[in-house]
Amino acid sequence: MPIDWSHDFEDALGRARLEGRPVLLDFSAAPM
Amino acid sequence: MYVDDRVARFVSDNFLPVRVHVKDDADEFQRLGGRFGAEWTPTILIVDPQGEERHRVEGFLPSEELLGQLEFGLARVDFSAGSYGEAEARFREIVEGRPDTEAAPQALYWAGVARYKATNDGGALEDTARAFQGRYQETPWAKKASVWSDGGA
Repeated sequence: MPIDWSHDFEDALGRARLEGRPVLLDFSAAPM
Repeated sequence: MYVDDRVARFVSDNFLPVRVHVKDDADEFQRLGGRFGAEWTPTILIVDPQGEERHRVEGFLPSEELLGQLEFGLARVDFSAGSYGEAEARFREIVEGRPDTEAAPQALYWAGVARYKATNDGGALEDTARAFQGRYQETPWAKKASVWSDGGA
């Protein structure tokens, strides 16, 4: 079950406010 | 860190997941890394809907440890929102469900703080100090809680 990653923090934050869920912000060097 | 289905499902069910890659998203990595002080990978931040960082995980963790940290982050989001009952329940779930993780003693400490914040009853802190007498004695969280014991420092 792959994670559907967003790459737009501000967009995710806007959705977080609407949905009442936190953002998980992952700074990564792993292969995409 | 997300190859374990349990982790991937937990992330998808509880968070809006955003990945900023050091090379593929280099400009964003610099911008957001600067804003949040992220200086190493992997770094995971739990950010509440107001944009405030509530928990941070730096460096790789195996799945069980990572799940404990993610659950802890959710509890801290509840705590910071003033939802102390929900926060305490989440903290205690970590202690009971993942007792051997590094998140567990931290969660035991914060469960006491959450109960105190909800009730303003100092007994919540004394109970927490007593709970540490039977477990996690070698952790810094036991030392921090020791000040709440009857004969505390």
